[in-house]
Amino acid sequence: MFAAENGLKGDPRLQAISQAIRVVPHFPKPGIMFQDITTLLLDHKAFKDTVDIFVDRYRDMGISVVAGVEARGFMFGPSIALAIGAKFVPLRKPRKLPGEVISEAYVLEYGTDCLEMHVGAVQTGERALVIDDLVATGGTLSAAIRLLERVGAEVIECACVIGLPEVKGQCRLNGKPLYILVEPREIDNCC
Amino acid sequence: MAGKDGQDPRIQKISSAIRVIPDFPKPGIMFQDITTLLLDTKAFRDTIDLFVERYKDKNISVVAGIEARGFIFGPPIALAIGAKFVPMRKPNKLPGEVISEEYSLEYGTDKMEMHVGAVEAGERALIIDDLIATGGTLCAAIRLLERVGVHVVECACVIELPELKGRDRLGDKPLFVLVDGA
Repeated sequence: MFAAENGLKGDPRLQAISQAIRVVPHFPKPGIMFQDITTLLLDHKAFKDTVDIFVDRYRDMGISVVAGVEARGFMFGPSIALAIGAKFVPLRKPRKLPGEVISEAYVLEYGTDCLEMHVGAVQTGERALVIDDLVATGGTLSAAIRLLERVGAEVIECACVIGLPEVKGQCRLNGKPLYILVEPREIDNCC
Repeated sequence: MAGKDGQDPRIQKISSAIRVIPDFPKPGIMFQDITTLLLDTKAFRDTIDLFVERYKDKNISVVAGIEARGFIFGPPIALAIGAKFVPMRKPNKLPGEVISEEYSLEYGTDKMEMHVGAVEAGERALIIDDLIATGGTLCAAIRLLERVGVHVVECACVIELPELKGRDRLGDKPLFVLVDGA
């Protein structure tokens, strides 16, 4: 669900967050309008507001794990984890994590990829939040949900700064709620 | 694992929260795994606090974090000290126009990239990564920032591997670390 439809309608912070995101056309390939959050990270107030909106939502939900998807999930997840008193668990591409891992494959446009999590990072019964910068098809987030559920954690919600049109109208992913701050922007002349 | 001299009582807990994995990524390397530190909410909080306390009154406007573990520590520090966060990334990850800096690996070279326009001449920067080994990556980050006229105030890492002499390689750039991976 979008934040604007779920308690934050008209919140000026959402407008500023949306404006701080840069659109880069034809990256990584022709036809893709890439939503670049690095410009959001340069705007201290907008970046802080992004984290604060998530923290306000999740601080009283008894969440003990924030799982962030490599690499842009790492830019948002730890600040949220620290503020709500949860641990941060990085979900990584293959062979990056040094200890024993569990792996979950997921489908790409062409081929498959894999997401890994350290064994022992998360305990059965823990309540988890999954965070990434953007959700498109939901393939990566679905793999993240499966990893956490395989070790007996309960995924309370998936949270993303940006949600692409494919997920508009869906409030759930693999049966899990999805919480999104903004829609993608079109390219405009000022950026 | 030893803590640095002089030390703040929080350091010992941070040090013991770091897990050592032998023979990763290859035989003979004792890998310093910070993911266990991130599972210890107090120790992770203390890690960030120690950096924030050091840098909050130093007029730092940019925290540059090195992919990928620098992305875990950098943003919380940036947010707390009122600075922007700039990711320093592997090639072909950043979508906009970039500047690149090549650096040496044990075998061959790699490249680090930063977005054009992320930082401005005259800004004061902190560079953050989880660990300093040979210092090659940090040197590349320093060069990238200096090329666009930024003043690198300090490099900060959770862990130093002193026997690899990365500190010397940084030359006149100060290095601040919390623990030795001895």
